[in-house]
Amino acid sequence: MSAVGAVLDVLAAVCLGIGVLLAVVAALGVLRLPDVLTRLHAAAKPQALGVVLVAVGVGLAVRTPAAVGVVTLVVVFQLTTAPVAAHMVGRAAYRTGKVRHDLLLVDELSELTGGEAPEGGLPEGCVVRADEDGDRSDEPGSARAPG
Amino acid sequence: MSALLTQLGVTGPVSVLVLVAGAALLVAAACVVARAVVGPTILDRVVALDALVVVLVAAFGLHAAVTRSTATLPILVVLALVGFVGSVSVARFAAKDTQ
Repeated sequence: MSAVGAVLDVLAAVCLGIGVLLAVVAALGVLRLPDVLTRLHAAAKPQALGVVLVAVGVGLAVRTPAAVGVVTLVVVFQLTTAPVAAHMVGRAAYRTGKVRHDLLLVDELSELTGGEAPEGGLPEGCVVRADEDGDRSDEPGSARAPG
Repeated sequence: MSALLTQLGVTGPVSVLVLVAGAALLVAAACVVARAVVGPTILDRVVALDALVVVLVAAFGLHAAVTRSTATLPILVVLALVGFVGSVSVARFAAKDTQ
């Protein structure tokens, strides 16, 4: 049993170490990268993988049913909510013209709305919103004029 | 140096690993807070604070794993569950700069 415990401890240490390393890399990316979308790209990776690794490490180290259940909840909640936040921030960055278009190779959102995006971003972000998700067109964001 | 480490409770290889991980998280938190202070836009600050939440989750997870206690695990649940509310709210009401 103690040998198994030692192996689990080592696995937990490896998982926690990689999770911490991912957090550090994300922090460096958030500090160094040039605009909102690239910083979002750097910050969103450990929000999924890093938290999963830390949760697995905690579960392997503590090794009680309650702890394993709680860290499973953490993983489920994080994987549910982190993409929502990243998506909303990315769309808000595009809608409010915080995206550096000179850094983009392909601008598929601009192609969706038909034509090149103007300098300050899309004049009407709600066009895309209505196309991709019609049943939410009664939300205040779709009626609000940008700017 | 070794006396200082012993005074801090760092006595074995595992403790050294924990110390290194904690220092790395401290550096990460400093970088993220620097970005949150510098900005330049509200969305940059939101992204930085999301990354700070990840650093906090890693730190609490490290603490729980080292002490083998479940006392701090509810904090992880709360951070994972409500951490995105602030980002979504700010992104929802982000407006163009009026210069």
